[in-house]
Amino acid sequence: MKKALVSIAFGLTASLFATGASAQATLNSVKQKGFLTCGSNTGLAGFGQPDAQGNWTGLDVDFCRAIAAAIFDDPTKVRFIPLAAKDRFTALQSGEVDVLSRNSTATMSRETQLGLDFPAINYFDGQGFMVRKKLGVASAKELNGASICTQQGTTTELNLADYFRANNMKYEVVAFATSDETFKAYDAGRCDAFTTDASGLYAERLRASAPDDHIVLPEIISKEPLGPAVRHGDNQWGDIVRWTHNAMLNAEELGVTKANVEQMKNSENPEIKRLLGTEGKFGEATGLTNDWAVRIIKHVGNYGEVFEKNVGEGSRLKIKRGQNAQWTKGGLQYGIPVR
Amino acid sequence: MQTAVSQTSPPQKSFLYDPKVRGIFYQVVLIVGIVYLFYMAATNAIENLQRAKIASGFGFLNNTAGFDISQTLIQFSAAGGTYGDAFIVGLLNTLLVSAIGIFFTTILGFVIGIARLSKNWMVAKVAMVYVEVLRNIPLLVQLLFWYIAVLGALPQPRNSLEMGAGFYLNARGLFMAKPIYGPNISILVAVLLIGLIGTFLYRRWARKQQEQTGRQYPVGKVTLALVLVLPVLTWIVLALVGTNPITFELPRKGTFNLTGGMQILPEFVALLLGLVTYTAAFIAEVVRAGILAVSKGQTEAAGSLGLTPGQTLRLVVIPQAMRVIIPPLTSQYLNLTKNSSLAVAIGYPDLVQVFMGTVLNQTGQAIEVVVITMGVYLTISLVTSFIMNIYNRRVAIVER
Repeated sequence: MKKALVSIAFGLTASLFATGASAQATLNSVKQKGFLTCGSNTGLAGFGQPDAQGNWTGLDVDFCRAIAAAIFDDPTKVRFIPLAAKDRFTALQSGEVDVLSRNSTATMSRETQLGLDFPAINYFDGQGFMVRKKLGVASAKELNGASICTQQGTTTELNLADYFRANNMKYEVVAFATSDETFKAYDAGRCDAFTTDASGLYAERLRASAPDDHIVLPEIISKEPLGPAVRHGDNQWGDIVRWTHNAMLNAEELGVTKANVEQMKNSENPEIKRLLGTEGKFGEATGLTNDWAVRIIKHVGNYGEVFEKNVGEGSRLKIKRGQNAQWTKGGLQYGIPVR
Repeated sequence: MQTAVSQTSPPQKSFLYDPKVRGIFYQVVLIVGIVYLFYMAATNAIENLQRAKIASGFGFLNNTAGFDISQTLIQFSAAGGTYGDAFIVGLLNTLLVSAIGIFFTTILGFVIGIARLSKNWMVAKVAMVYVEVLRNIPLLVQLLFWYIAVLGALPQPRNSLEMGAGFYLNARGLFMAKPIYGPNISILVAVLLIGLIGTFLYRRWARKQQEQTGRQYPVGKVTLALVLVLPVLTWIVLALVGTNPITFELPRKGTFNLTGGMQILPEFVALLLGLVTYTAAFIAEVVRAGILAVSKGQTEAAGSLGLTPGQTLRLVVIPQAMRVIIPPLTSQYLNLTKNSSLAVAIGYPDLVQVFMGTVLNQTGQAIEVVVITMGVYLTISLVTSFIMNIYNRRVAIVER
């Protein structure tokens, strides 16, 4: 609530009195400040969550670190601002954050009516349901009459309404402002089912009082392309965000890793040479340096490494690559060539 | 000579030093400044929104909402409801919890306020502890306490507490029989109306009689007979004839939860409990102050006239105390209404939760949504004060 008010207050005052940053200003203002402000989740395991020491970990926060590495050659020059779903876009619109990287779904209305751009999709997801095992429910189609906890201001809330309407089923929605409140209410028994993106279901289940008492139902009821968002109008900044993602994807595809990136600079492969800036001046054209991709990979790693570390088999979430595998391995992640 | 001149025609003061002119000048400067500030803010906002390609205007109120709300007093569904409808749903939910809250908090506040002045040591101390504890804990904490600690501890639907007469209680709320009105309901309503009008006329007559002759009539019994016994008898007769005007739909056990009947959401109950108990602590203090403001001589005079302590309180003390009580009571009512926006913390779909939460986020039109919401709270508060001011004027001392 307080956070909501603060960000709304920021939004209002900023949009009322700010003379408006010029279209190309984000990179300059970030350089001037000396750090990147990144809107992150308030706490979602694997995607954006502070640990016991207060260090942020996750796929989405590592994405912000990658941007900071590309700009400053230092991944620690990021300030994370945790935002609830319902405050996130206001915070971005008002300039409180430079980039929003908190598992937000790219949709048409968000790009056209909210004045945002989603330059990249760093996680392909879909919405699912979680229920208690003892209910004996095996399919989302059996949820007729159930109470369902969801987070307000999300695409989840809208998909839920669509799904029950399309299947001619009744339900009782209980909507909360933050993911924390939503899951706590479900865990306390206020609802029969909990719904969010499938990745979120696995992440939240870890926080349940008894994780093994809950199952995720097989149905995926929507497309949720999750990715970082920036304000409309600053194309240079949008390019930096887009190419940060593409650099990480291309690095994985070309076998450039955190460990071997220095050696790879000597590679004779022209694609690797262009990516790492030993050939051509691709980085400078975006307002960065030519070794921008080296900085990202050296400090943060390629897409596959970041995925494995935060949400993959090496993490507590144990999510398979699935749709997020490289296009060469049957997935949807497809790095646009550096050329 | 000089003095003579100044006496005949006072020295011509400069226009600039005329206090009246200066006063007006500063007022004009202030108004121009304020108008300019608003103008700047408005044009700047419009310009920035256009630059950022953010939609603006109030057209979004007619767009389909596409989400559902747990408690709706009007027909609302994801399929047909617009953002404008969602606004009305939220507004009605706010008004509902405020109106019911004001009703109960007034009763509870008066009871506790009077109890604090009780001669019974125990009663007075319990009331004191209540006031001190409740008003010194933040309301938000109390709401979370009611929602999570008290209502969250209720059993799951499959083990619902059966309370008899069709009442069930579980973690999903309170379930009760839902009245279904038959075609003959109009007869019952008519009888009830006749009873109410009859009571009103009888009371007026009884009062007049008492004022003129001093004779007292059994007002309470007659009221009960007209308002309660008469309609119930009519109902029984109608039911015996076979045209029962009201039947009840009982909650039944469904797959997940009880279905049918009426359901009161735990979010609503938690918010209501929190608002009522918290505001009552403040009202109790207002009432206590009001009663203490009535001089002791009034009570003694009433006693010497032979009035019982109850009558003294009801006929002598409270009416005079009301003059002191009404203004601060009004501000407590306003506080309760405004505090209802804390609903957002426990998921009750009030105006702030629905409109400034979901609608703002789905449309992204922060300025419009926030302006509307502020306007609504301002209107509710002004209307409440207006009504209370009318009442205040009626009970205030008429100065001669």
